[in-house]
Amino acid sequence: MASFKPTKIQVYPKLGEKVTQDTLYWKNYKAPVQIKEFGAVTSIDFSPVTPHNFAVTAFTRIHIYGPFSQEPVKSFTRFKDTAYCGRFRSDGQLLVAGCEDSVVRLFDVSGKVALRLFKGHTKAVHLTDFTSDRYQILTGSDDYTCRLWDIPNATELTTYTEHTDYIRCGVTSKLNRDLFITGSYDHTVKLFDARVEKSVITMDHGQPVESVLLYPSEGLLVSAGGRHVKVWDLLKGGQPLVSLKNHHKTVTSLALSSNGQRLLSASLDRHVKVYNTTNYKVVHNFDYAASILSLGLAPDDASIVVGMTNSILSIKHRKNQEDSKEIAGQQRRRPSYRVFVKGKNYVPKQDDYLVSKPVKEHLAKYDKQLQRFNVSKALDTALGTYIRFRKPEITVAVIKELDRRGTLKNALAGRDERGLSQLLNFIIGNLVDARFTPVLVTAAEMILDIYQSVIGQSPVVDRQLLRLQDLVKREIEFQKDLLEVLGMLDTMFASSLPRKEVPCSGHFEKERCKF
Amino acid sequence: MVEHGDIRVVHCGGSKINFRDPVITHDSRFLLCASGEAVKVFSTSTEECIHELRGHTGLVTGVLLRPSNHLQVYSSSLDGTLRLWDFTDGILIKVGQRFQLVAVHLPQSGDQMVEAQELSAVLSGVNPNPAAIAFGRGVRTCRHKDNKKGGWNTFTCVACHPKDDCIATGHEDGKIRLWRNFNHKKEYTYSTLHWHHSTVSSLCFTPEGTNLLSGGVESVLVQWRYNQESERDFLPRLGGAITHITVSPDGSLFCTSHSDNKITIIQSCVKVSAVIQGLVKGDSIRTDLMMDPRSKALVLNGKPGHLQFYSLQRDKLLYNLDIVQQEYIHESGLQQFEVVKAAFDASGSWLATVEERHQKAAELELNLKLWAFDEQTQSFVLNTTISAPHDAQITAMCFCQPTDSQTTLLVSTSKDGHFKAWQLAAPAHTEGPSWLCDFVSAYHGLVPECCSFSADGSLLAVVFQEVVTVWSPSTWELLTTLSQPPGAVSDLCFGRLSCSKYLLGTTASNLLCWNLLTCSLEWTTSMDVRRLVADPLSENMAAFCYQSGSTDLFVFKPSEPRPLFSHKAVCSGKVTQAVFAPREEMLESCEESSQWLNRSQLYFLTQQMVNNISTSAEEKQNENVAMTPFYLLLGKHRQQQQEHQDSDSSLWAERTLLQTPAHVLPSTSYLCSMFVQSLLISVSDAREEKAHAEEEMESEKEEEDSEEEMESSRSKPELAAAAATESDTPALTKAQARELRRVRKLDHSWLAGLLDS
Repeated sequence: MASFKPTKIQVYPKLGEKVTQDTLYWKNYKAPVQIKEFGAVTSIDFSPVTPHNFAVTAFTRIHIYGPFSQEPVKSFTRFKDTAYCGRFRSDGQLLVAGCEDSVVRLFDVSGKVALRLFKGHTKAVHLTDFTSDRYQILTGSDDYTCRLWDIPNATELTTYTEHTDYIRCGVTSKLNRDLFITGSYDHTVKLFDARVEKSVITMDHGQPVESVLLYPSEGLLVSAGGRHVKVWDLLKGGQPLVSLKNHHKTVTSLALSSNGQRLLSASLDRHVKVYNTTNYKVVHNFDYAASILSLGLAPDDASIVVGMTNSILSIKHRKNQEDSKEIAGQQRRRPSYRVFVKGKNYVPKQDDYLVSKPVKEHLAKYDKQLQRFNVSKALDTALGTYIRFRKPEITVAVIKELDRRGTLKNALAGRDERGLSQLLNFIIGNLVDARFTPVLVTAAEMILDIYQSVIGQSPVVDRQLLRLQDLVKREIEFQKDLLEVLGMLDTMFASSLPRKEVPCSGHFEKERCKF
Repeated sequence: MVEHGDIRVVHCGGSKINFRDPVITHDSRFLLCASGEAVKVFSTSTEECIHELRGHTGLVTGVLLRPSNHLQVYSSSLDGTLRLWDFTDGILIKVGQRFQLVAVHLPQSGDQMVEAQELSAVLSGVNPNPAAIAFGRGVRTCRHKDNKKGGWNTFTCVACHPKDDCIATGHEDGKIRLWRNFNHKKEYTYSTLHWHHSTVSSLCFTPEGTNLLSGGVESVLVQWRYNQESERDFLPRLGGAITHITVSPDGSLFCTSHSDNKITIIQSCVKVSAVIQGLVKGDSIRTDLMMDPRSKALVLNGKPGHLQFYSLQRDKLLYNLDIVQQEYIHESGLQQFEVVKAAFDASGSWLATVEERHQKAAELELNLKLWAFDEQTQSFVLNTTISAPHDAQITAMCFCQPTDSQTTLLVSTSKDGHFKAWQLAAPAHTEGPSWLCDFVSAYHGLVPECCSFSADGSLLAVVFQEVVTVWSPSTWELLTTLSQPPGAVSDLCFGRLSCSKYLLGTTASNLLCWNLLTCSLEWTTSMDVRRLVADPLSENMAAFCYQSGSTDLFVFKPSEPRPLFSHKAVCSGKVTQAVFAPREEMLESCEESSQWLNRSQLYFLTQQMVNNISTSAEEKQNENVAMTPFYLLLGKHRQQQQEHQDSDSSLWAERTLLQTPAHVLPSTSYLCSMFVQSLLISVSDAREEKAHAEEEMESEKEEEDSEEEMESSRSKPELAAAAATESDTPALTKAQARELRRVRKLDHSWLAGLLDS
């Protein structure tokens, strides 16, 4: 005597992206904090010292935000025109920023008025940075030059005029005070050495360079421009290592996660992509509401800050361990372990005779009803609120099982207005789901057959039937479009495949095969 | 073409055991059932087959215990004989010649046993509505009722209450009616019991008459209390539809036989104690015949949604593998999931199955399942389920053959015009390996009919109607196409070992052989090959050709023009399934004609049963299989003597002496000397002779009181030999044989005494 075999619930593959360690890590952020700035956010820079404030450059202002406050801790507003590229010094004491009016300003983070003004550029300065010895400033400008300045005297040390277009990005070496890198709209990235006062390595990016980034080891350089992100090996004299083309609009900003394992790139296509730096595959993707201009990542990946063209600054903070623990603590207290092991750890003595208890098989409620051939009740159970919304596959599996038993018609028949509208609601909600369509179409046809005589008696049901009709019509249109696209693709593939003669021999062969 | 006399077709199992009601013996230890041309005796506790009572030459139609001797059983057969057997020893006692017997029933009215002479009243030709016959007191009235009620409410079965004046009838509409007061004409009353939703197929009263058992398509055994009909017990999910119910004479055991060739033994209506399962043959064998490479069991689809593993050596079902894993709904006219295709890989570690359910007005439901062999549980465990692997029915499926290759590959072809290759994907980080689609291809929108891998797995041939396409599985390139119009290729087979360069195909009228090195047709012969099978261990191939109502078998090597073996009319009807089963140990036969059977055996399936082609040498070997200590002691002795007697023809002399009428014999003095001389040659050792003589003296005495007892050790082989030689002539009756033996012994002892003096 075989036991009752329960209804098989089809396991469907999870749609969407797969859950990996990376997705878990990068999804572990709170809902973003959105702050409205005065204009497009062009630059975000984190202070290297705790508490890791960050400077946000937007329009004519630079705001400094604390790690948790939503209000700026400090503002620098003494710019006559649009400010660019506010950056902290490595001790977090000084801040430098360029400006549309070609003057470079140096601020004390605690002060308000500029400590020094560096005048010499003739056009807007988009690049400013401190060298690693903390006494010099690197600037790059739209007048095609980049310059080194001495902070104490506020005098210009050297001018480099090798670029032939705007200089929009650059970075100084953290290990060597004489090395710095600039990227320009003339498609090149140049590594300069202040000791020889000229560039030592020139790399051709192929597009106007929007952003450059050095690895902490400074053996690798990342440059972004156009749709490409390129990685260069500096130790091999600027040899291209890999070229990534994952965005479909210009990549504007780059960042590296704190352990150097992941690279982030932000683009005008409103995405931030996370790459694995060993194989340069995209492991995660963030979506934002508008084109992204700047991206900052706090140390330990504690927060992701993104500035967009619609002048919104979006800050995502990482979820704390305590937060998740709190959620766990709120759960209902379970019976103690003692309750469950009661009597189970009894070791039988030598003379004891062991009577084995038959294992009671657990059956779901709808299975028990199916076992008793209570088909309508089984369908009612499967249409219960929780199952219907949370696990529609169970409802569909029960409908399929009833159909297999040939009793679906009986189960569907004899429902009142409420029951029928519930059933129709479920069908409307899930009919176009490709996984459920074959089963639900049968059920829908049966419902129409059974209840066609009472159409027009209930406005609720009539409305739903109209919705169903509309849904089916739209779905058919949609499928038609898809088939058209498929046909187009087929022709394209067929024409792109090389024609190949199949080796034929033997006079018996009448037919030749061509792809 | 030469016929080979020493190779013949042997029926090796798979006959029905649910054809007629089984019989339980008085002591409830044995169960007897008709099975093809034999009666099988099963033990009710161990499910083992103890004896097979062979002797009938037609289908056995009935089995019945002899009321006067509870150790004997009658069997009737379509060959027109009625045989009486001793089932504990498995010996034939008596043969009765009658007309064609369709059923045997012995009436048993009240406390009066009906004697054997009533056998002449056995009903011949039970009419198409078997319910119209009841026995004892109810026969006439029952017929009467049938006429009255027929039409809308047909009887399907009938049972008499053992004590009361009551008859229970089962009806087609699922009702059971209890008719009372038959002895008073036209005053009968009836009551109706209703539980079954469709036809009641069997009814039975327990011996005491306290309970009524009924069963039907639902496969639920219902036990009704007699006189308290509202109370009933159920025993659900017994298997296939119940066809017969019997109760042991003491009422302790119930026994139900099912439509899926199964007999279930139930202890006091609560517990299934034993299941005797024969080879299940459903409506059709959809899967090929296959051999499980591990258990060497024959595999084919059995009861709905299951794959059965059937051991041919033991003629026993090993186990059923549940493929569909769904509750079976016992209702006629319902479309169920059926296993339609199955394939094993070469090592037996993977099994692929296809199940489908086709409902009118709904689309085809198709599942491809892959099962991995689990070493721990020694069974197949579901690894991957692929729902809707193709858009239409799958026409063929095969695994890549080589055992040493790293990747396992499965190819399935479908009526949707595509063939797909499935590959075992590398294990994902959490789960084990699973199967994924590796390659999809089509050829000019034609429907692929069958596919085959070459022996080394380097080539895949897929047939698209008239065109055979050859692919390379490593690169999935189309290498070449072969075709030989007209006629679509229906079966395809690569040569093996030294013939691996050949590819064989069959069309409706031709057998074709291509050479793959030159891509040209090597030879072709005109025959209607229905099934082409390749031996996995040799180059040989077997082709079953259908010709004018019967099937011929040809065994050949693709490289040689002359067939190795041919057998006209192997069986009547078509053979659609056949398989080569590798032998466990190689047979050493030097005869050229039977050498092809040295490595493997050829099994094929006909409408009725599984057949095997075996050689005479193998038969002998089978006889010698049981090497028990008893055999060592007795068997050798017996063999020696048998050889002895065969050589000296003493037996012949004795028989001529005894059977020839006295008036045509020469004078006694002349005969006496000849007779004595023959005995002198047969007995060379005087001492042995003495011992025998003494033995016989004793046995003679014994024979007086126990007539059923067999003779002493000396005379037994003689009789066996006699039976063997005379098997073609009409067999001696028991009485004749006994008389002969007595006469012979008398003579012999007397002569021995004479010699001694």
